[in-house]
Amino acid sequence: MSGKSRRDFLKKSALIGAGVAGFSTTTSKAAPKNILSEDRMGVLVDTTACVGCRNCEWACKDAHGLPAGNLESYEDRKILETKRRPDHTALTVVNEYPHGKNSNLPIDLKVQCMHCDHPACVSACIVGAFSKQENGSVIWDTDMCIGCRYCMAACPFQIPAFEYDKALNPLIMKCDFCFERTKEGKLPACVSICPVEALTYGPRTELIKIARSRIKRNPARYVDHIFGEYEVGGTSWMYLASKDFKELDFPNLGKNPAPGVSESIQHGIFAYFVPPVSLYALLGGIMWITKRRKELEEEGKI
Amino acid sequence: MNHELVNPVPIKHKFFTPGVIALVIIALNGLVFLMGRFFFGLGAVTNLNNQYPWGLWIGVDVAAGVALAAGGFTTAALGHVMHREEYHAIVRPALLTAMLGYTFVAMGVFVDIGRWYFIWHPLVMWNGNSALFEVGICVMIYMSVLYIEFLPIVTERFIGKVNLPGFLSSLNKLVDKILRLLDRGLSKTMFVFIIAGVVLSTLHQSSLGTLMVIAGPKMHPLWQTPVLPLLFLLSAISVGLPMVIFESLIASRSLKLKPEMHILSRLGSMIAPILGIYLAFKIGDMFIRETFVYLGEFNTASVMFTIEILFGVVIPLRMFLSPKVLKSPPLLFTASALVVFGVLLNRINNFVVAYTPPYSTESYFPSFGEISVTVGFAAMLVLAYRFIVLNFPVISLPGKHTAQPTKYSIRGVEK
Ligand code: SF4
Ligand code: SF4
Ligand code: SF4
Repeated sequence: MSGKSRRDFLKKSALIGAGVAGFSTTTSKAAPKNILSEDRMGVLVDTTACVGCRNCEWACKDAHGLPAGNLESYEDRKILETKRRPDHTALTVVNEYPHGKNSNLPIDLKVQCMHCDHPACVSACIVGAFSKQENGSVIWDTDMCIGCRYCMAACPFQIPAFEYDKALNPLIMKCDFCFERTKEGKLPACVSICPVEALTYGPRTELIKIARSRIKRNPARYVDHIFGEYEVGGTSWMYLASKDFKELDFPNLGKNPAPGVSESIQHGIFAYFVPPVSLYALLGGIMWITKRRKELEEEGKI
Repeated sequence: MNHELVNPVPIKHKFFTPGVIALVIIALNGLVFLMGRFFFGLGAVTNLNNQYPWGLWIGVDVAAGVALAAGGFTTAALGHVMHREEYHAIVRPALLTAMLGYTFVAMGVFVDIGRWYFIWHPLVMWNGNSALFEVGICVMIYMSVLYIEFLPIVTERFIGKVNLPGFLSSLNKLVDKILRLLDRGLSKTMFVFIIAGVVLSTLHQSSLGTLMVIAGPKMHPLWQTPVLPLLFLLSAISVGLPMVIFESLIASRSLKLKPEMHILSRLGSMIAPILGIYLAFKIGDMFIRETFVYLGEFNTASVMFTIEILFGVVIPLRMFLSPKVLKSPPLLFTASALVVFGVLLNRINNFVVAYTPPYSTESYFPSFGEISVTVGFAAMLVLAYRFIVLNFPVISLPGKHTAQPTKYSIRGVEK
């Protein structure tokens, strides 16, 4: 390599480095919204109060424009014999479990998105379609979604569902905490229809206080555990139960936010693009040295 | 670039043979199911559901595809960055495999995502926290880099031979000139792309491992570990050279060429140490996290893990240590094929076998349609490879290494 091309080489490497560095400043700003407002809302589900009427299922479908049928058809309790999961036809479902302590009544359990405080889906989504809103809800922008289903692989509660049967415009579907309704000051559809005190809507901090006092007032009725207070870093929806949550099919999750490890790896590899740029420089250096040595060898100087 | 040691030429051989016709049929079968996917949706062709959002296509077409295309960056690092010119003869075939490999990875992604017409969204909608975003962007850039790296092979093929049909022939001179200009520009800047290719590969090969970290307890502990990115990178590096040997031996047999054993044995001798490092990390990780207890249970996970380690790493590692294996084409082929199999299985294990959703009512097994598409893509890749080596200067003919690089003098490559 002549002196000139060597200088060229260095100049070009520097240019690439600068280009990559410029790229980094924009990406660091591009992470999706994850607001953890002090007074974000939540729902406390008291499974000891739930009677399994499934009115919430109907109200949810009705509020989200899904075929809901008439409310009477939900009185059929046969459906509770099989465990169901939320999907694109029902964003929330009620399942039934054998009774817990101090009661002969079966336990009914409403299932929907937990609206995590550190949502795996928000962290995972390739295009940043998911976001955690100020009012606590985790929603997503359907127009951005590419249908990669990484949010589904990431969610620790196996919540997002996908319309596999649609060839065009299949949607990711899950509970959106009635974002459109709450914006107008209305209650979430399920909360507003619930005939008993199974669903309490309110600021998350308040709900934790309510849950604590319920457990304290009635220790025989509840296990001493508010599911969602700490799980995966806390969730907006929280549960009280008369039975160990594992027996109610809740996944056994630690207190660390689900995206914690992957995000720190990701940011470690990319820390302001220093590692990739250094690697580039290192390889460039090696390439230059080995090439130079070859040339010297050929010229017989070594 | 120094061309004295290599003389790549378009291979003279007929395209169609009975084997090739079989491949065409397999490819067509895949296309039929692909049409089904586009007309009737993913649910019609695949066994994917809300429990198992990712299946064979992500595990094999995408994850394993990326890993098995690692020959491109490992040989580029060896041949160009370390400047070991004796290996230049294998750089081009490896580059071609990588280019085709990534093209099919991109096609795999395209058919797997539900809204394929939005595949460009990650280019303008960024989520720096998402490992998948990182993989997507790196793969897109790297694929472009591979195409750029391949361009000189195209210019070399046509410079001085531009022969457009009919009235276009008046443009022959102009096209030739443009090609020469392009060629000159490329040969001066190629090193930029070569290094970029290696950096991009290290990045996305490891980020591919980060993908499943976020699935946390949904992934079997035998595979779920925070060092997954490192394991993915190491396994990708360790499969790079075996893949080159594997395809080189297949190509020379199918095209009736003498295998380049002097290069392949030397490459083979480098594999054992790399495999050793990979194995050390894999076993080390297993002991640090004490996951070996799961090997005591007899289930799909433990069996698959054992097969992956034993046949994919330990046995080939032992084989590559033996000089006899390095000298014998069939044994070298077997050892390389085992590593390729091991990494393929590792990716399937990570993305499909290890994935155990908390509320699963049935387990996932790919449908006939999914398998048809995956196998069909593989067949198309082989056909494209064959077509290109028959028409472009990719494979260097053995025994001609001392041939004078006459044709390069007219190309205006650096003096
Ligand atoms: S439960 Fe799943 S879908 Fe809902 S916010 Fe948490 S991670 Fe996202
Ligand atoms: S399927 Fe849609 S919402 Fe889910 S991660 Fe992919 S792009 Fe984001
Ligand atoms: S509406 Fe209330 S009581 Fe009825 S099933 Fe839903 S949560 Fe339970």
